[in-house]
Amino acid sequence: MIIAVASGKGGTGKTFVSAHLARIISGGATLLDCDVEEPNDHIFIPARTTSSKVVSVEVPEVDSSLCDGCGECSQVCEFNAIAMVAKTPMIFDELCHACGGCVLFCPRKAMHGKKHRIGEVEIGEWEGITLVQGQLDVGVALAVPLIREVKRQLPQGEDHISIVDCPPGTSCPMVWSVSDCDVVVLVTEPTPFGLHDLTLAVDTLREVDIPFGVVINKDGIGDDRVLDYCRQQEIPVLARIPHDRRIATAYARGQLVSDSLLEYRVVFHNLLQAASDLIAKGGSHGKKQG
Amino acid sequence: MKVAFTTSGATLEAPFDTRFGRAARFIIFDLDQNSFTVLDNDQNLNAAQGAGIQSAQHVAASGAECLVTGHLGPKAAKVLFAAGIKTYQCDANTVGEALALYRSKALKLMHDADVEGHWV
Repeated sequence: MIIAVASGKGGTGKTFVSAHLARIISGGATLLDCDVEEPNDHIFIPARTTSSKVVSVEVPEVDSSLCDGCGECSQVCEFNAIAMVAKTPMIFDELCHACGGCVLFCPRKAMHGKKHRIGEVEIGEWEGITLVQGQLDVGVALAVPLIREVKRQLPQGEDHISIVDCPPGTSCPMVWSVSDCDVVVLVTEPTPFGLHDLTLAVDTLREVDIPFGVVINKDGIGDDRVLDYCRQQEIPVLARIPHDRRIATAYARGQLVSDSLLEYRVVFHNLLQAASDLIAKGGSHGKKQG
Repeated sequence: MKVAFTTSGATLEAPFDTRFGRAARFIIFDLDQNSFTVLDNDQNLNAAQGAGIQSAQHVAASGAECLVTGHLGPKAAKVLFAAGIKTYQCDANTVGEALALYRSKALKLMHDADVEGHWV
């Protein structure tokens, strides 16, 4: 079973929910931190790194003895990463999305791929939890290939539970993180920003056709509009986590609140149950709009 | 010799655009003929990334040997300099004013990018 934890808005509590879910799963779990631009599950799950791997993409390189300056590579490139200057291709590695189009279409076979490092995947263990995290290098904008590499570490087997901590937003990194997951837990907060970005995430998940439910975090601040929206859209609310100073205190210290407060162990057990029930029911996408 | 000017319009009275990569058009002024043509840059105006690179190629392909614009990012500068295009910095209000400043040799030749790329 693979549970993705996503949100539209950042800072709603994806890592908070992901780390706690991984913690309360008996028999161990795998936690994948796909927020590769700033992975932070390791703050709460202090895993000792057992292996790491450099992740690279293939960017083009020109063999000038073969290139006749036709410019086909520059034409093919959708990302404006190749400029033709004086009949010579000038390649901007940092703009390349490693699609391989230029290599494929070069009539003279003058282009070949060369490895361009984008980041690292680290695997570690802590108290039965396997933590896999991607760490994108500073200045690199290509999150998706690294997220794919993190997700390659997903263990096989129906019985094993994996939690995927997704990046915020609803663009490619989020879509790649939730894809192939059995259910998505959308963490939101009861504020206008929380609601606005939740609706974007809901629209995205309906598009990619993965069942989902909502967790209202910091419940008690803001208003009831998130709840009203979920009712109106027939989206299951899987848990409501109160705006509790004790959570903030534990979190700020890098501690898991379920370790010290039994009531929160119950909250996350119930959330895990609700998420697996959603999968068992064949999933829910809520009511379609329009 | 041809000189390219960044603009949002299509005449010498049109506003001079200090942006290079995302300028809507280029006016390519032919100093020998005393006439100009207008080069559309719409495609790059809406490019997700690499607008400066494409605009620089566009200017190079127009046959212009000089460029008058406001600011240059690092990637556009790399392409322009490799293509041997002399780039002058200007903050005129109209293309006509920029042309007059160019003719009076009052403009500063750029040797490097003066702004960060917007893409990163």
